[in-house]
Amino acid sequence: MRIFKIAGLLILLAAAIAFPLLFPNPAVTTVAVFTLMFAGAAVAWNIFSGYTGYIALGHAAFFGTGAYAMALMCQDWHIPAGYTPFYLLPLVGLVAAIVAIPLGIIALRTRRHTFIVITIAFFFIFQLLAYNLRGLTNGSAGLSLPIPTWSGAFYNEPFYYVTLAILLLALLISWWVRNSKYGLGLLAIRDDEDRALGLGVRTGPSKLTAFVISAFFVGMLGGMYAYFVEAIYPPFAFDALYDVVIALMCFMGGLGTLSGPIIGALILEPTQQYFTLLYGENGWYLVIYGVLFLVIILVLPRGIVPTTSEWWARRRAARGNVEKPGGEPPPAPGVQQDTQLVVERSEGVKEVNL
Amino acid sequence: MNIIVEAVITGILTGGVYALMSSGLTLIFGVMEIINIAIGALVILGGYLSYVLQTYLHIDLFVGLLITMPVMFLLGLALEWFFIRPLKRDRIMLSILVTFAIALIIEGALGLIFSTNYVQLHAWYVSASVNIGGFYLAYIYIFGFILSVALLTGLYLLLYNTKFGQSVRAAMQNRTAAELIGIDVERVSMITFGIGIALTAAGGMAFGATTSFNPGSSYDLISRLLVIIILGGMGSLRGALIASLFMLVIEDVTAVVWSPVWSSTVFFILLVIVLLVRPQGIFGQLEGRKQ
Amino acid sequence: MNILEAQGVSKAFGGIQALNTCSISVQQGKITGLIGPNGSGKTTLFNVITGYERIDQGDVRYNGKSITNSTPNRVFAMGIGRTFQLTRIFPRLTVMENMHVAAQRNDFVGLISRWSSRHEQRRALELLDFVGITGLKDVPAGNLSYGQKKLLEFAFILIAEPKVILLDEPAGGINPTMINHIASRVRELNKQGVTFLVVEHNMEFVMQLCDTVNVMHRGTKIAEGTPEEVRENPDVLDAYLGG
Repeated sequence: MRIFKIAGLLILLAAAIAFPLLFPNPAVTTVAVFTLMFAGAAVAWNIFSGYTGYIALGHAAFFGTGAYAMALMCQDWHIPAGYTPFYLLPLVGLVAAIVAIPLGIIALRTRRHTFIVITIAFFFIFQLLAYNLRGLTNGSAGLSLPIPTWSGAFYNEPFYYVTLAILLLALLISWWVRNSKYGLGLLAIRDDEDRALGLGVRTGPSKLTAFVISAFFVGMLGGMYAYFVEAIYPPFAFDALYDVVIALMCFMGGLGTLSGPIIGALILEPTQQYFTLLYGENGWYLVIYGVLFLVIILVLPRGIVPTTSEWWARRRAARGNVEKPGGEPPPAPGVQQDTQLVVERSEGVKEVNL
Repeated sequence: MNIIVEAVITGILTGGVYALMSSGLTLIFGVMEIINIAIGALVILGGYLSYVLQTYLHIDLFVGLLITMPVMFLLGLALEWFFIRPLKRDRIMLSILVTFAIALIIEGALGLIFSTNYVQLHAWYVSASVNIGGFYLAYIYIFGFILSVALLTGLYLLLYNTKFGQSVRAAMQNRTAAELIGIDVERVSMITFGIGIALTAAGGMAFGATTSFNPGSSYDLISRLLVIIILGGMGSLRGALIASLFMLVIEDVTAVVWSPVWSSTVFFILLVIVLLVRPQGIFGQLEGRKQ
Repeated sequence: MNILEAQGVSKAFGGIQALNTCSISVQQGKITGLIGPNGSGKTTLFNVITGYERIDQGDVRYNGKSITNSTPNRVFAMGIGRTFQLTRIFPRLTVMENMHVAAQRNDFVGLISRWSSRHEQRRALELLDFVGITGLKDVPAGNLSYGQKKLLEFAFILIAEPKVILLDEPAGGINPTMINHIASRVRELNKQGVTFLVVEHNMEFVMQLCDTVNVMHRGTKIAEGTPEEVRENPDVLDAYLGG
């Protein structure tokens, strides 16, 4: 069974690598770059919000920080165009991560709703700073980046592969966190933070670490975005819709799962790009997008991955397996009567580590 | 010195209008534990409704409220019924996403109907000012403030002097316990939601009369309203009122003392400072440790 | 000797005096019961001892040292484990994963891997076996029955090898066979030297299991003695019937 899983993953990887070569149309590869970018951001966001259950809606602040960090570094250090800016990406990520530390410390003092709003507030602060700190950010005139030395038909390819690399790295970290005791602690925080704290889980440092890790990747993607679009402006680098879109992707795919965020991105981003193409950024676009959101949320409340894995598990049970999925009744005396392994109890289905 | 005093007065008066808008938000949160992000867009919708009544039917802004408020109340009931009630699990995040989607739809629809040009509500009291103690204040600020006071007093009376209000307060304190003593919490939630939206209709009119707006104004508005209710303590009406006055005064004073450019940033930074010291806001409650 | 003591503890919630100079002592190696009508303050006393609530007045002592107002994780680390009336386990994690969360306090570097040692893994399995839910180890804890959740909660506080365990209504809401099973586990652990303080409403459970019983009423202790003594005590009967 594991062989199939690994083989499947390798095939997907090969497909992802081959994609731009098979579909070199720049319109298609541009959408692909953005899709990978959002997939990476969604995976990173999931490392924090999916695992701990704290919904952060201010990560666009880190994206924008990364974008501006990249732009400023290229500008102040006179970075030549070409492949060199890509080498700056880890540094850009680090900048975002460092910025995330004080923000995380402040925000994580609060819980649930207050936390959500304070992350939103941080986002707006950063956006306002981008507009107003003209000396640094050039205000609404924006900043430009070096123009890549390659162009034309193959413009997108390097960006595609760099973004893919970031996505894979984020996925790797997400997988590793999920399978470590540290990750278990995060999930325990999601289920019952005070109980976890009472049992000795270091909730404060755990949450902050996840927050900073997610900021690191989102920052890197911001830097990548900046170089890709060649010029950044406050409303695009710090986009109010960014976090909600990512949250929707994760949530649609399955919050807290490994593949959920990617599936969500694969579905939503091309769709969004298609709509923008058809309708432009005007009223219709917003209305349809909003309706799409609503439909997804109301129809698929748990997300695609958990819903399908549950459906799958139920099919196997219905095929008359003697052993109910999830384990047999324990042999200990007295416990038999209480054995009610209702798989339908949807809340706690173990996620499939896809 | 004079301009500072004037800024304080304007701040208080506009604060009243923000208090009206944020009361709806905090009330809904208190009863249903959801953050209704659509309130920003709904305020703007209220503004446009007043605009339509005034421009095409020549109905005075305040008189028009007799139409817009009931209409928005019914809209609120419908929104709650169709989009909020079906959310059974993960309500916190889902309600944010759902209300955000509703906000997008409203913003998009308004953009299609009215275009993205800025509009402002007009009336004699919007342009005319009165001289009070040496300060010139546009009448609309005073009328808007009076409107807010009137409506908030009405809300207060509703909550503390009626049986329905009692059910609302019970549901705010402890939803489960309220259910156990026979309060139809779902119905109370729906009606409260409607009331919250009706208040935003009034807020929208007052907002639209003092500021020019377009469909995109909802982002700025919702971010401020969120900051206000967090500052005041989520679910606390007193908190919403005090936080509104406080924030608006600080913002207006910053605009004259420092620069209008930084006044909005100060708004958010103030929130961060307060939360550092008191994470639950002024009148809010700390999330507990125990069972 | 008294391993755990609450001395003159008072705690009020707004206008309600939940605990009123309450003094309870728990003798080492014994199973002490804590009974009383609803609202007498039993769970509040537990919360105060284990750090989930702050004390207004009084002192809590463990092995003679004051632990008043310590945080819950420190209390747990000191060797006092505690279960909850409405079981607090991690529903979306499997039973085995629940065990590993409880084992975290020993770790730092070990956090990087899934299990920090074979020893820990073995111990977790032993404990699951001890309470009788080994077969459920890969089941999401949220899918367990109420009784099984109680057993899980019991198992994971045992991972810390506590010297004192506070059980909050262990027999509540489960069938008689399960009750006997839990009672037998308690007795077994007690034989190994673990001290217990048990809050219960189930009189039979208390009478069978406990060496000493304390009775609380309106926030304070009104009687103490062997189960038989307490059963006959007129003040106790009054408290339950009169209220």
